[in-house]
Amino acid sequence: MKRPTPARPIVLLGPQRREPRVRSVLEELGAEGPVAAVTAGWEELEEEIEELQAHLDRPVHHLRLWHRAEEAFEEDPDLYRILRERYDALRRLRSLYRLRLEYALAAVRRLQEQDPGDRLEDLLEAELESAFEEVRRLDREHLQRVEEVHREYDPRIRAAERPSLVRHRREIRGLLEESHALCLAGGHVAILLNRLRLFLDGFPDRLPLVAWSAGAMVLSERIVLFHDRPPQGPGNPEVLEPGLGLAPGLVLFPHARRRLILDEPLRVARLARRLQPACCLTLDRGSAVWLRGRAVQRQERVSVLQGDGSVLPAGTEEVKA
Amino acid sequence: MSRALQEFRGALRDPQRLQQLLGDREFPIVEGRSVTFVYRGPADQVLLQHWIHGLQAAQPFERIAPELWVLEIDLPEGSRLEYKLEIRTHGRRRLVNDPLNPKLAHNPFGSNSVVQGAGYEEPDWARRDPESRSGSLEELAIPSSAFGGERRVSVYVPARFHRRRRYPLLVAHDGHDYRRYSALQTVLDNLIDRLEIPPMIVALTDSPDRMREYAADPRHASFLVDDLLPALEDRYPLVEHPSGRGLMGASFGAVASLSAAWQRPGIYGKLLLQSGSFLFTDIGDHEGGPVFDPVVEFVRRFRESPGRPAERVYLSCGAYEGMIHYNRAMAALLQAQGIPLLFEEARDGHNWENWRDRLRSGLSWLFPGPLWMVYE
Repeated sequence: MKRPTPARPIVLLGPQRREPRVRSVLEELGAEGPVAAVTAGWEELEEEIEELQAHLDRPVHHLRLWHRAEEAFEEDPDLYRILRERYDALRRLRSLYRLRLEYALAAVRRLQEQDPGDRLEDLLEAELESAFEEVRRLDREHLQRVEEVHREYDPRIRAAERPSLVRHRREIRGLLEESHALCLAGGHVAILLNRLRLFLDGFPDRLPLVAWSAGAMVLSERIVLFHDRPPQGPGNPEVLEPGLGLAPGLVLFPHARRRLILDEPLRVARLARRLQPACCLTLDRGSAVWLRGRAVQRQERVSVLQGDGSVLPAGTEEVKA
Repeated sequence: MSRALQEFRGALRDPQRLQQLLGDREFPIVEGRSVTFVYRGPADQVLLQHWIHGLQAAQPFERIAPELWVLEIDLPEGSRLEYKLEIRTHGRRRLVNDPLNPKLAHNPFGSNSVVQGAGYEEPDWARRDPESRSGSLEELAIPSSAFGGERRVSVYVPARFHRRRRYPLLVAHDGHDYRRYSALQTVLDNLIDRLEIPPMIVALTDSPDRMREYAADPRHASFLVDDLLPALEDRYPLVEHPSGRGLMGASFGAVASLSAAWQRPGIYGKLLLQSGSFLFTDIGDHEGGPVFDPVVEFVRRFRESPGRPAERVYLSCGAYEGMIHYNRAMAALLQAQGIPLLFEEARDGHNWENWRDRLRSGLSWLFPGPLWMVYE
């Protein structure tokens, strides 16, 4: 997708299942008419939008990106085959990245646990910063390789010209033109991103965006997968792909209270320092980040993960993203 | 001597203080590795009855006052112990739950008192979470060519079930006991909601004669493969691959799971085996009694020619069970076949709460959920 000019209002929200607030956000944005909704991250359950519709209490143009993709795959096996190949390539890349990441993060962890003593503090800090830089380099390399894979496959996919997609893309453009805002629900972050790339070349510049959980993640520059307490595996956060770049400088952590161990400063520092200079924001129930252009205008019930391991409530002052 | 015991002894001449000590605290008293049991009441003898393999079975309490009995034992950290008190009076013996301890573990035969050693925590994912979406149970009658007649099966259907999705299938032996005593339905609701396992269909099966049918009876394997699976595939959209099908069971239920997968390989690709009654003998007779004869014969044949009964196996056993050595041998054998295996030992016994406490690990090892990718 080409990146649109980021001048519109964008509101990033935490999970909406228990205390939805999309409607009040839309009201505040002055989006009074019909809105478009993307729930492709819900996969097979995409069409179960009754609750969302009831909450929004206005006409909803449901874009049905997951189902449109299923229809396109059925009609166009070649498209399905190419996407399958790309998926396999990305999966292979990810497993190799994980191998290297495990060791790079283990080095950071070991250094963090060292007792520097009085005289070695500077030395240890220099070593630690180098170890962090190694992880940052690895993350950057991974993102570059993911982009290379997309560059390799995009000309084969030809989303803008492929007959199995063109009809859907035209319909979607029409629905977006009639909408006063676009709501991006959470769910499976990779599927959501993939479907957006398949059917949209960007969002109309005038269209306010309200996105929550995975929906918010895909709008950021870097999508970071995370969970500190998985029942299996080491739980190393990993970068998945570049996002759509509409929330520059922010890395978003939905369900942070449930998924991250925020009272372990070394762990928080490991995440925040690794992702510097980006700002790591938690998106929990009730959270909202209001953006216009490249600037964060307002943050509600949002915390910032700090490089020193602390977790501070984000201020309401304007913060440059 | 534990601090608690010292306090009790010190208060023997001060009835008010003693009363205060008895009223103040939870029993048994856990202080690090030391656990002090207390019984108040008339008796000729009081014994701690437990099922820890390797410890003296009936441990006598000491009478420190006319109607006050105490016993201190060493319990390693993270342990969980189920027990009863044996009260002997006038030549009669009664087995009772500890009157001073409100913690009970229920099982098909009733209940036991429970002591949770230092560091043990009851898992939060095994408790009802009002935020988790609830699945439902559907009751089915499955005609069985293997056994004749019909078998009743309860089927757990996950929340937000959708016909367009394909679901993994797990068949739980002693399924109703798993539900009642190991909170299986609650665990499934929570783990699915937390994305730690995928939404799945779980068939809760039971046997009217489990000691026979679960003891490597070929009719049972046939029931699972030829009767149950087609009936469930007719009714639910299931993953049509062994990697999407699993069998689980504890004790004889684990024997039933492993033996069925071994007799009919390539159908159920995942096994969750808990405290399997995998008794065998290298020489001489076994000590399990006649009911174990077919099990011992199965394990002998299996050890001779294990093959590859499943693609992935989770095996757990209580370190305090008599079956622990057989399960360790089974783990080594499965690993030697190159089967991806997660083997876990718990400081617990042969009981349903031990099996409950391992469900998160076992289920997520066999059926990893979309945790990493889904942010609702």
